[in-house]
Order: sequence, then structure tokens, then C-alpha cells
Amino acid sequence: MSGTPAALAGDFSAVLAGGDAAPAPRALSTSIRRRRRRVLPGFGLSLGFTIAYLSLLVLLPLGAALIRTAQMTWPDFIAAVTSPRVLASYRLTFGASLAAATVNALFGLIVAWVLVRYRFPGKRLADALVDLPFALPTAVAGIALTGLFAPNGWLGAPLAALGIKVAFTPLGVFVALTFIGLPFVVRTIQPVLQTLPGELEEAAATLGAARSQVFVRVILPIVTPALLTGFTLAFARAIGEYGSVIFIAGNMPLVSEITPLLIITKLEQYDYAGATAIAVVMLAVSFFLLLAINMLQGWTRRRSGALE
Amino acid sequence: MLLIGVALGFLTLFLFVPLAFVFHQALRKGVDVYLTAISDPDALSAVRMTLLAAAIAVPLNLVFGVAAAWAIAKFNFPGKSVLTTLIDLPFSVSPVIAGLIFVLLFGLQGWFGPWLREHDLKVIFAVPGIVLATIFVTFPFVARELIPLMQAQGTEQEEAATVLGASGWKTFWRVTLPNIKWGLLYGVILCNARAMGEFGAVAVVSGHIRGETNTMPLHIEILYNEYQFAAAFAVASLLALLALVTLALKFAVERRQRRVDDQDGRRSR
Repeated sequence: MSGTPAALAGDFSAVLAGGDAAPAPRALSTSIRRRRRRVLPGFGLSLGFTIAYLSLLVLLPLGAALIRTAQMTWPDFIAAVTSPRVLASYRLTFGASLAAATVNALFGLIVAWVLVRYRFPGKRLADALVDLPFALPTAVAGIALTGLFAPNGWLGAPLAALGIKVAFTPLGVFVALTFIGLPFVVRTIQPVLQTLPGELEEAAATLGAARSQVFVRVILPIVTPALLTGFTLAFARAIGEYGSVIFIAGNMPLVSEITPLLIITKLEQYDYAGATAIAVVMLAVSFFLLLAINMLQGWTRRRSGALE
Repeated sequence: MLLIGVALGFLTLFLFVPLAFVFHQALRKGVDVYLTAISDPDALSAVRMTLLAAAIAVPLNLVFGVAAAWAIAKFNFPGKSVLTTLIDLPFSVSPVIAGLIFVLLFGLQGWFGPWLREHDLKVIFAVPGIVLATIFVTFPFVARELIPLMQAQGTEQEEAATVLGASGWKTFWRVTLPNIKWGLLYGVILCNARAMGEFGAVAVVSGHIRGETNTMPLHIEILYNEYQFAAAFAVASLLALLALVTLALKFAVERRQRRVDDQDGRRSR
């Protein structure tokens, strides 16, 4: 996960104005930049193509969905997005996503810490394997996890002996979402831990801090923004996830039916308005999460930038 | 020591075991069953469909990614941060919703539905719909790899080439492209993996017509729901292999990139 949207917007004026020896007043430097950007060709072509392609394939189709819901009356919309079956699906989707993101935050922190700080055989393999959920198609992950956690599966059988049912229950949804979200936390924390100067911990230890104190007082505050970013990324991915979940969930209405599946069910019943209404609720949540992620990434950069 | 154990235990349980399980299940009934499953006509047609969708979506998003990165990394303009956020938008949209929006546009009850029907054109439940959905979900991959890379590299080299009289295209091919080739390859690898493996968005628009509009992930679903587990896992193992190749290439490219960075670092020192 290298593309951090807000970073991309970063002030590039410094580079562009870099050739000027004297710091020009703001208005003047702007006019210099204006003239300078014409040095390189292709601005109109590349920006024009970018905006056209983006509008045609992403913005206009998304806009169409919004306009479609705008044609519904307000009471119809509320009724469509708050029926008991829909509410039950929100509870499952958001609850399981929250639980999975929390587990990933905890174990992701441990995994990132171990991969950055320790040397052990198979470390590179483990590091490469972390990205598996990004690379493995969700349908493959779905049937593999279902087979594993089914009552007669490798992991499902011993768990069933303990009286724990995973596959075809909400617990299965949680397992699938944990798998999907794993790389997000590890890959956002790793770079921050790598740049963490050892002197900080050494200083704390020299001043008499216990190992646990060093972790809670020194390391955790530095890692927190990245941890929250990873948590939010994993959560955002989990609420929209479909492929890996539907095999293991069992898909019982009111019990183990996730919101994305409900959208598909409504579509298959030709209830386009109902499907779109739920989709708009999900889009609104995604949009707020995207805003939150942007802000968290800004915070991460300021926090770890202060160390350098 | 304890932490290493916890970390490796977690990774083994959640990543290695499911991967091993796919191959175990695929080969459990013997190599013959495996070969029959993956050479079945419907399976082969699903492979062709998957390759076709990726072959259209990946190059288009590659061209888009390069154009977007050129505009955003090399120039200043108002609204730049909004544009970069919008490019990332498809990542935060559920794949199911990505499929839905194309049904709303091109489905029978959609905006262009009646017009398409008059002209006897099919988008939904046909190949164009699958391609559109695939483009949507893989939209940001190349752009988001290239933008930070090209921003870090700045504009000095391109400006020098231009001042020395190189044309825009020549500057791009001779100066920019060699600088970004590893990042570009990296983005393409990730884009391709997602394009070939996409399930949710394609499931909504494909209509699951066997031998016609089934991609590999959809074919796996059908086999699985028909309790043909060995066959489902056989096709799944092909996609799992693709995932392993993707990870290996990613690993190699990252190492290569790091070596290039180290050399650059030494030179500048």
C-alpha cells in the first residue's frame, strides 16, 4: 500500500520553484510556476485523458446510481434501507468487519513488529506471504476457508469437537474478513516501524523504563496513527467484501446474510430500487471511511515525519 | 521468541494452511481427475473469458495510469488532491456495487437498456459488461503505484531533455519510462492479479452463462455449488498458482527496485 492520496497532493511547488535562488514573494512565485509548467509538454493531453477516462468509467456510472435513488420518494428510501432483513445484514456486516479489523490490528502489529525487528529462518517467505490475500482471488479464498472450517475440515473438525461451529455461521464471516484484511494493517505499520530510530528506545531504557513502559509510552504513540489507518483500511475493505464471505457464511436471511449479498438478492428479484437504495447507504459509509483514511494518513505522515 | 511464535502461528493458520488446502483438495482424487477438470470445455471457456477481460482491462488502465501520473506528478493545477482521491475511489466501493452501477446503466431497466435492445446490443450478461466491471475494480492500481514514484523523481530530468530539444514523446520514452519501469511493472502485476481474480463485480454483470460469460472465479462458484469439490478446487488451484506467481514477481520487482535505489543512493553520495 504505497499510494497515499494526500501525499500525492503534496506541495510540489518546492520542486518546481527549486531553480530560483532568491525566495520570491508568493504572487511572483506563482506566476513563475505558471510559466514554468509549460516547459514540459503533454499537460493538456494527459489531464484531459485522465479526466475523461475517470468520468466515463467511474464518476458517471456512480452518479447514475445516485440519480436512480433520487427518483425514489423519501419514505420509500427509508423503508428500503431499514427493513428488518436489511438492518440484520448491517449488524452482521459492520459487526464482523469491526471484529475482524480489531483482530487484524492486534495481530498485524505483532506480525509487523516481528518482521521488522527479528531475524529468523523463513522471514522473507513470511513477509512475501503477507500479501497473499491481495493476490489470491476472493472466490478461491472463500472455498478454501469454507473447506477448512467445515465441520469435517482440517480446522473445523477439532473446533466442532470443542462445540464451536465456524462455517455457515456469523463466526465464519468473521474468519473470512480477517483473512481479507490481514495485509492492510501489516503493510501500513511496517514502514513506520522501519523508520523508528532505535535511539528512542535506548534512551527510554537508559532512563530506567521497563520494556513494557517503552512499548506503551514510546512505541505505541508513534505507531498509533498508522495502526488506526490500517484498521480503517481493513474495515473499509471488509464491509464491501463479497467473494470470500458468501461461501462460508451460509447466507441465512436475518442470521448470516451480509449486506453486499442482499444487494445481489434484490437485483435478482428485479428490485432495482431496493438494491440501489442499500448500495447508496454503503457508498455513503465508504465515502466517510475514505475521508477518515485520508485524514489518518496525513496524521501518520506528520507523526513519523516529526522523527526525521 | 514468543512474539515470533505468535506471529508465525497466525500467518501459518490464516495464510499458509488455506493455500496448502487448495492444492491438497485439487489433487486429492488423483492427477487424472485434476486434468479432466481443468480441460473440461466449460473450464477452458472460463479461462479464455478471464484472459480476455484481463487483456482488455489491464492495458487500458495502464495507459490511464501513466497519463494520470504524468499530469499529477509533473504539473501543478487546482483540484489535484481531489483528482487523486477520486482515482482511488474504486478501491473503497464494494465490488458488488461496482457491478450494480453498470446494471443500472446498461441493464434492461437501465438508462441505455431500451436503446441497446433496439440496436440488438448486449452489455449486461455479456462480454462488454464483464470488461467494464473489471476495468472499474482494477482502475487505480497502476496510477497509485506511479504517482508517488514520479513525484519523488521530480521534473528536472524531463526538463533537461526538453530544453535540449527532445520532443514530448521522446522525453517520455527515453527519460521517464526507464525511470518508472519497475514501478510500472509492479502496478501491472497487481492490476492483472485483481483483473483475473475479480468475483463480486463480475458476478453481478455476467449472468453466469456457462461456456459464454463465465470467468474462472464464477466457474469455481458453479462447480462448488454443484458439490463438484475436486473440480472446483482444481480450477481454484490455477488461480492460486497465479497468486503465487504474482507474489514471486512482486518480490523480484521489489528487490530490483531496492537495488536500483541503493545504487542511486551511492551515486548521489
